[in-house]
Parts: sequence; C-alpha cells; structure tokens
Amino acid sequence: MDNKAQVLIVGGGPAGISAGITLARSGIDVIILERGSYCGSKNMFGGAIYTQPTKEIFPDFEANAPIERKTVKHNYMLLTEKESTVISHFDVEANTSYSVVRGKFDRWMAEEAKKAGVVIATETVVKELIVKDKKVVGVKTELEDYYSDIVILADGVNSLLARQIGLRKRIEPKDVALGVKEVIKIGSDKINERFNLTDDTGSISEIIGYPMSEMLGLGYIYTNKDSIVVGFGIALDELVKRKLKPYELLDKLKEHPSISTLIKDGEVTEYSAHLIPEGGFKKLPKLYGNGVLVVGDAAMLVDNIHWEGTNLAMMSGKFAAETAIYAINNNNFSADCLKLYNEKLNNSFIIKDLKSYKNLMPVMHKREKSFTGYYIKKVNAFFKMFTSVDSVPKRTKFRQFIKSIFTDRNIFVLLQDGLAVLKLLFGAIK
Amino acid sequence: MSIDDKLSKVKYNCDNISHLTTNEEKCKNCKTKACTYICPANVWQWNENSNSMHINFENCLECGACRIACEKQCIEWKYPSGNKGVIFKQG
Repeated sequence: MDNKAQVLIVGGGPAGISAGITLARSGIDVIILERGSYCGSKNMFGGAIYTQPTKEIFPDFEANAPIERKTVKHNYMLLTEKESTVISHFDVEANTSYSVVRGKFDRWMAEEAKKAGVVIATETVVKELIVKDKKVVGVKTELEDYYSDIVILADGVNSLLARQIGLRKRIEPKDVALGVKEVIKIGSDKINERFNLTDDTGSISEIIGYPMSEMLGLGYIYTNKDSIVVGFGIALDELVKRKLKPYELLDKLKEHPSISTLIKDGEVTEYSAHLIPEGGFKKLPKLYGNGVLVVGDAAMLVDNIHWEGTNLAMMSGKFAAETAIYAINNNNFSADCLKLYNEKLNNSFIIKDLKSYKNLMPVMHKREKSFTGYYIKKVNAFFKMFTSVDSVPKRTKFRQFIKSIFTDRNIFVLLQDGLAVLKLLFGAIK
Repeated sequence: MSIDDKLSKVKYNCDNISHLTTNEEKCKNCKTKACTYICPANVWQWNENSNSMHINFENCLECGACRIACEKQCIEWKYPSGNKGVIFKQG
C-alpha cells in the first residue's frame, strides 16, 4: 500500500501543522491532508497569534514568520449607538501576541512543517474515516484511501469526521459564534497616526455593546501592517432568534462614529466568515478513541473570554503528537493508551482554563441584556453626566445618576447581575 | 456596503455542482427559514412564488452556520471538492 503513514492528520491549520511538525521532528512519518489549495486558504480568525505558545512549536518564528505587528496596546471600547468609552492599556515592552494574515502565516507554518519532513497533500478532501474492528485505521478521500496507525482530526470547527464516529454530538446554535470581518487597506502611515502606533507595533480593540447591545457578541479591530481588520463574533442563536443579517451588523459597526473615522478612505480587500466553537468546558466532545485523537477547533478548544484559540490549537496539536509518539513506541493505538492525550490536556492550562470559565456561557446567555446592554449604556451615561457643564449643581446630577440605577433597573435584577459576577469570579479563581 | 459588494472582494474557485442541498419539502414547513438571514454570504434565498429554495452555493464562505442553525436539520452540508470553493487570501 502506497498511501500509508504512521500518522495521518486531517486539516492543515495551526493544530494539524503543530501536531505534524512535532511528529516529524521525532522521525515519525506523517501526512497532512488539507482540503484547501494551500494551508490557510480556508482559515480565518480575528486576529492575533500568541508569542509564547507559538514559540513552543516554532522557536524562531519572530525572526522568520510573516508577522504583521506586535501587539502593544489593548483597547476596550464600550459602545452605545452614538457614544463610546474606551479603556486602553499600553505597554511598549509587551510581547504577548502578533497580528498575522492567516493566508500568509499558515502557509509559512506549512512550509516549516515540510522542511521538518511532513508530507502535505493539498486539495485533498477527506470524505470519511475508515473504521475497522472499532478502530480508526485510515481515511477515504475523494480519490483514494490512506491508512495509518493513528489519525489526528484537525479538521476544524465543523469536524464532520468527529461527528461521523460519534465523538461529537450535534452542535446547537448557542454553542457556536459566527465571526465575520473585513480587511480594510488604508496604509501603514494612517494606521500609525490613527492608532498612535509605530511601524511594527499594533493594537487590538475589543468592542462591547453597539451594534450588539444586549446580545452575546463582541466586535474587534486589529491592525496589520497596512490594513485594519474590523469584525465581530456573535452567538449564532442571537442571529437566529433576532432575525439579524451578519453583514448588516458589520456595516453598523463600521459606521459607528468612533470607528468610521479609523477606517475612513480605506479599501475593503477581503470579506470572510468562520464559526468559532464557544460551548466551553461543558460542551467538549470526546477527544480520543481507538486510533484517533481530536485537536484544535475540531475538539472545540476555545477560551472565548480571552480570545484564545490558535494557542489552544497549537498546544493540543503538540500534546496529540506526544501521545502518538508514546503510542508508536508502545505499539498500542487503543483508546486506553491514547487517553494519555486527555491527561496531558487536563494537566495543562487548556482544560484548567476551560474549567475556570465553565459557567461563563450559561450565565452570559441568561444575563446578556445586562452585560452587553444596560451596564455599557450606564458607563457612557456616567461620563456624559460627569463631563456635562450646564449650571446644574453637581450634587443634583450625582444623586440623579445614582437614583437612576435603582429606578431604571429592578433591584432583584441588579442583585442577580452582582451574583452572576461573583459566581464567575469565584469559578475563575477557585 | 451591500452584501454583493462584500462578496465581490472574495476569491472563489467555483465548482459546477452544489456542495449544499436541502429538502425543500421540509423548507416549505419551516417557519423561521433561519438560513435565509443568518448566512454571511446570503446563499439561501426562498422564492415565495415558486415555493422553492434558491441556493447560491457559489458564494458560500464555508462557515457551516446554516447547517447548525437549520431547525429542520435538513441542510446537507459538505465541503466543496478539493481546490474548489472559497480561497481566503488573508483570512
């Protein structure tokens, strides 16, 4: 049989490539099957990649990879329809993340993997897994069959393959977010001026409130070298129940007075969309079986409150590869042996963080009206009141503002919001 | 910026056959027809006159939202053939 490898990986994104390169570096023969015409051609995110986890896989990426800007500034923008309140954290020495263009960066990662000995078959769509005696033994592509000791599923958020073998259940609309964005070219000089940056430094802006006020969704602005990315992610059930069109929300976001000036005179060079798995800890699928491991988005490994996904993808890919190496050394590809992968995840930040936030999504689905609606409006109302000069005594205005919190909001709802915050905080630190 | 203008900025290598299909009998009884508004590429369009679904599969961004949002669970969603479909140059 020609199409035989020790390990097959379905999907050439951050998870699949990280798994592949880790295996190849240990001398394992590995094939990555990628459905796109190149790695990255089907991929989309905000976004930024994280320095430390990326270094774990690609130690010299800062010198060699196609990166855009190093993030030195995080802006938190609280928007109402006509107002905004912005908190900005700037650290000139920060080295947490870099904005990247996936079409370039994923391609670079794939080239690095090839150099390490990974075979990457592009334009190859895997139709189904081949299961024999309750063990995954290979994959069927459109054209031919491939066989291996272990198959790693890195086939992304829609993982039809994990579903095929029952590791994943049907996903509900509330467990995914739809992300849409535009890349807007405006030139590096204008970016530097408008965002107060230098040529190589960038900012990430997180947008809370309008146009997704009272909804479970967040907007964002990333700075590339000469383009700006404007987009958002919103829980799919919000779109379904409110009958909203995502591209109309995107236009509303772009037209906000605090954002339209940032992208003025820019040229849209790409529009894209992708799903984000946001079910959290309680919705994690089964991550291993006989002859099979699931990594990255396919495993629904996303920490949405911290906007982390590619790092979980890379690290889960690495853990899966380490597990595969152990299995190969022991010539044991049973679920019982591969459960080592689960242990590695459990002992890492990945499952610990997802556990910390296991109550987040259920709570937010109940209290979205408060946290992306009422309080955002109230913060803006506070600054409007605080900065107003109208010959009304300040004490009168302060009293009215404090009173308004209790008159425009039921005391029980306020208490429930407070309890929800405490529950989340307690969950995160215990 | 209209959705057509947005989609004009996307690169595709169009397939001749649709990777998306549905069961129109189920669509007829679907009250929400969520696919017709949640899709970021406006792929699904219900024609009231002919009582049928027009599927602009060429515009599909391959996100998979329709598959999950479909309350009748009648959308058959596959990946386009190798090298076909959307090509994100930036992503």
